[in-house]
Amino acid sequence: MFASCADPSSLEGFGWLICYLTTGKHLGMYWSFLTVLVLLAVTAPTALLFGFGGAMAARSPILPVRLVGKGYTAMVRGIPDIVFFLFFVIVLDQSLEWTLHQIRCPEWTEPIRQGLEFRVCPQAKIPSGDAPQVYHQIYGFILAVITFSIVFGAFAANVLYGAMQAVPRAQLETAEAYGMSHRQVFRRILVPQMWVYALPGLSNLWMILIKATPLLFLLGVQDIVYWARELGGSKTTAYAYPHPDWRLYYFLFLLVFYLVMTRGSEIVLGRLSARLSQGQATMAGEAMRKATV
Amino acid sequence: MSCWQTIGDYAFRSIGIGERLLPRTDFTLCHQFTLIGSGLIWNLYFGVLALAVGFFLANAIAMAKAARNPWLRKPAEWFIFVFRGSPLFIQFFLAYEAFVLLPKAGFDVFGMTIHTSWMAKAWAGALFVLFLNTAAYSAEIFYGALRSIPKGDLEAADAYGLTGWNRFRRILWPTMLRLAWPAYTNEAIFLFHATTLVYFSGFPAFQQRGDSLYYAQYFADKTFNPFIPYPIVAVYFVCLTLLLIWVFGRVNRYLNRHLPANVRSRIRLRPQLIR
Repeated sequence: MFASCADPSSLEGFGWLICYLTTGKHLGMYWSFLTVLVLLAVTAPTALLFGFGGAMAARSPILPVRLVGKGYTAMVRGIPDIVFFLFFVIVLDQSLEWTLHQIRCPEWTEPIRQGLEFRVCPQAKIPSGDAPQVYHQIYGFILAVITFSIVFGAFAANVLYGAMQAVPRAQLETAEAYGMSHRQVFRRILVPQMWVYALPGLSNLWMILIKATPLLFLLGVQDIVYWARELGGSKTTAYAYPHPDWRLYYFLFLLVFYLVMTRGSEIVLGRLSARLSQGQATMAGEAMRKATV
Repeated sequence: MSCWQTIGDYAFRSIGIGERLLPRTDFTLCHQFTLIGSGLIWNLYFGVLALAVGFFLANAIAMAKAARNPWLRKPAEWFIFVFRGSPLFIQFFLAYEAFVLLPKAGFDVFGMTIHTSWMAKAWAGALFVLFLNTAAYSAEIFYGALRSIPKGDLEAADAYGLTGWNRFRRILWPTMLRLAWPAYTNEAIFLFHATTLVYFSGFPAFQQRGDSLYYAQYFADKTFNPFIPYPIVAVYFVCLTLLLIWVFGRVNRYLNRHLPANVRSRIRLRPQLIR
């Protein structure tokens, strides 16, 4: 990156370190931190949306819809999450390719499952076989986002369902007494008030989501864990920057990164919860009211 | 080959007893159930031992965090923060790399050699990480329970002239345990779920002796069909979860036996995903 880094073997001490930390591969690692942040930024709202849908379905007066909603929230409880992560990615991948196969190659006669193999026609491959590596990366990332959203959506649905139940019944009855329809009650009274009840659960979920991001590595995305293993492994003198096994230091750095992330979120969420409690008929809201009087 | 024969060959494959070669073709449902069930032995091993030993450390740390002396309180707070604030996945990686760096020949302490190579093996190293991790999570639960002991209980203890160790053993500790138990049940369940991470994180499986998820992934990779092995793992874990809820429910009943039926705390399953 810098001009002085042209000949790494002549460098020493601090200069060597600067050059070492700005190699192309290290820049790739810094980008992968961005991948993690993008994953968080995309997954959190999507999962919230899934959760909202799940909670609404679980409250629905129509029995089949209610069963789907309840089943969705109950699904993730007894089973280790990591099983879901491994399962969903393959299922999504195969079902997408299967659908495309049905559309694009209707005259294909060979069975898709040939014994131990899953084989679709070349036109149905996602991304197509000759696509550049970047597309494979992006496709893997999108699958990961969908998987994360489905699993975390189920947890969010649980939290939001509880929060909707926790809104005082009197509030809803008052709204009904004013002649609001079901839909109006839901939109104007229930949803604005439920957030204060949902916040503890949702912030817990956010922390868990942060701590789940290293699982990207298992899903085959080149994330920070991948780079830490790749770059930290011992490099012989065949490399420009030979060094012994430094994976310990790379993982220590990751540990610190996650600790900073969780601590920072804790502080922000604490402020948000104080903000939402203002003027609410809860213990925290009451304490705030007393403090100002 | 009958199913009984498969069970005989592979039921203890994960701990090195029985047939050494894993099946390579003709995977039957029986193979999958047997081998994944065999892997569950490791999940049980990690979960049970980490919980049993972690319980004591968790109590000690909870007490330290509640202590007034900052020399006790600060280290406890940091311990809990580090283990609860970072992913278990990273902790496994970090621990493995650290254990690998230990000198191969062991340390010489006063002429005695302490061997360290076994710490890099999953059965010891991963257990150690899980033990510290569950200790941190449980300590936070116990600390919370300790803080919510009713004031009246303490005043009653004072009125009876109970002090020091007696006050702790007869009043504080049982009440804390009773209040913490429902949350601790959840912690236990999710610790068992977390044991599936062991063979995915640094610690290599020795001679293909892995846990249930390790074998499930083996089958999924070989057959390109995730619809059978992963649901089998799921079934096993649902059964395990039900068993845990039953055992912990019995203990909960014992802890609450002096209370009238309507004020007893019930165990509710709360979602807590990855650590």
